Amino acid sequence: MSMPDTSSHDSQVPDMTEPLAAADKLRKQSVQRGVAATVVPPIFFGVLLVGVWYLVSYGILEERQRFLLEPPHAVLTEGFLNGANLAEILGGLWSSTKVALIGLSVSIVLGMSLAVAMSQTKLIERAVFPYAVTLQAIPILAIVPLIQFWFGTGQFSRVIVCVIISLFPIIVNTLFGLQSAERGHHDLFTLHHASRWTRLTKLTFPAATPAIFAGLRISAGLSVIGAIVGDFFFGRGEVGIGQLLQKYANRLLGEQLLAAIVMSSALGVGVFLFFGWLQNRAIGKWYDGGGGAPT
Amino acid sequence: MSLWSTFSLPNGLTTVRAVTKFGRPSDEEDLRVAAALSFRDISMTFPDGTEALRDVSFSVDRGEFVTIVGPSGCGKSTLLKIASGLLANTGGTVEVDRERIGYVFQDATLLPWRTVQQNVELLCELHGFDPADRRRLATDAIELVGLRGFENHYPKSLSGGMKMRVSLARTLTLEPPVFLFDEPFGAVDEITRARLNEETLNLFEREQFAGLFITHSISEAVFLSTRVHVMSARPGRLVATYEIPFEYPRKPELRFDPEFARISGEVAASLEGAHT
Ligand SMILES: Nc1ncnc2c1ncn2[C@@H]1O[C@H](COP(=O)(O)OP(=O)(O)O)[C@@H](O)[C@H]1O
Ligand SMILES: [Mg+2]
Repeated sequence: MSMPDTSSHDSQVPDMTEPLAAADKLRKQSVQRGVAATVVPPIFFGVLLVGVWYLVSYGILEERQRFLLEPPHAVLTEGFLNGANLAEILGGLWSSTKVALIGLSVSIVLGMSLAVAMSQTKLIERAVFPYAVTLQAIPILAIVPLIQFWFGTGQFSRVIVCVIISLFPIIVNTLFGLQSAERGHHDLFTLHHASRWTRLTKLTFPAATPAIFAGLRISAGLSVIGAIVGDFFFGRGEVGIGQLLQKYANRLLGEQLLAAIVMSSALGVGVFLFFGWLQNRAIGKWYDGGGGAPT
Repeated sequence: MSLWSTFSLPNGLTTVRAVTKFGRPSDEEDLRVAAALSFRDISMTFPDGTEALRDVSFSVDRGEFVTIVGPSGCGKSTLLKIASGLLANTGGTVEVDRERIGYVFQDATLLPWRTVQQNVELLCELHGFDPADRRRLATDAIELVGLRGFENHYPKSLSGGMKMRVSLARTLTLEPPVFLFDEPFGAVDEITRARLNEETLNLFEREQFAGLFITHSISEAVFLSTRVHVMSARPGRLVATYEIPFEYPRKPELRFDPEFARISGEVAASLEGAHT
């Protein structure tokens, strides 16, 4: 086949690319401005917070009360620069990270499989969905003693806590995503006699990826919480960050306590950012929506 | 039922075909075999009681480009969905080979996670063509709609007109004998629309498919078609039929021909009547 009307197209193609290039330049400039606008305010606010912290430590608390809020530099030297303390916190953090990662992986596999099954068969959706919602509604602290009762206080029990707490967002977001493919796209696939499997792999699953990533980011944060809550509650077995928090609080070790809190927060933020990055890598090329549904 | 008069085919061949309500069964038999797409007494009533179409009969042969104009909501999209099998009609019969039907929707319906090339290859993929064939067919189709150089772009970076071109290219890969268009250029600007009309015409002149086109634009209808049907407000019925006498290949200047203006005026008047 050759082109019917070459001249008009040839003159047209550059017309279409030039505005694109110009828009790129504009976008770059506005991105630079955007970075400054997003970085400066939080830094400013952070400095302000540290200032208030010092004010409370030295201005408001008397010396004998100071263990309640040790000043930032004390947290830094005791919690982060003291080798033995740092090793202890990092060890606990690593233990909890393992639990969180295993729990999250189980949630991803289980949650996505359930959602796919639910999307394929209305009956399964009707049967399973109420329990998924119930799972979400269970106050985690109410069920932890039962888990301990049945499975003991080992890593396995902690993983279960993690799964219970992080499964729901994966199921709901995947299911929502699988149902989000447009009507017109479905018509197109129907028109060309696509099988169920083809429709799933070439249409509904790719269409679901933005929602799946939104679910992943929520669940990743929850799995960290689950790992810490389990460890904190069981209070024995392999030492995770939860047990350390409890120990530091009981022994009035304010510096280590704050350092451990900072580290576990960093872990939560870290996994959240990691999945944001992964999302951008995986679907950023074609998806121009935001970071997905708000929590 | 409409009475068809004499009209010219693009290759200069002239066909006479008359159908009347009282035509002998054998005539109708012949017609059924001949036409690539035929509707006979099509009625459509949705489950909620909405009567969308009533007794619509006409056919489109290869080398014919038939356009339907009618007020919005009169059942035009419904008719195409029935033709393609997406909807089941509640009365009458449709005859068409649905194996490789071409259907261009009002929206481009591109898959956003696929590049232009991958989008154009989609239908060949669904029909199980092997990778080499599908790459070749897609490359040809992309060339044909003037999108060479954009193969690796994602839909989000394309304009409305370009998306529509991708959608056209995607349909072209199947080399469909029957080509349905549901207001494909309704969402693009006037200049792009004129150009896309010329390209559609080129495709038709080249491929000689049976074209069934739906539009709101009278000049688009007259410019493209061998025949224009005017449809009434709901329930949709054919209220008038115009044979468009201009020979193919048609030039863009045709739009400024006095005869073109006269026919457009007639169609417009008829459409005006169809609204009430
Ligand atoms: N699935 C449906 N159920 C009930 N009514 C419908 C359905 N689809 C379309 N209709 C109605 O049928 C009529 C014709 O619709 P459509 O064919 O889309 O009109 P148009 O001529 O604008 O393309 C409209 O009044 C529409 O509301
Ligand atoms: Mg319509």
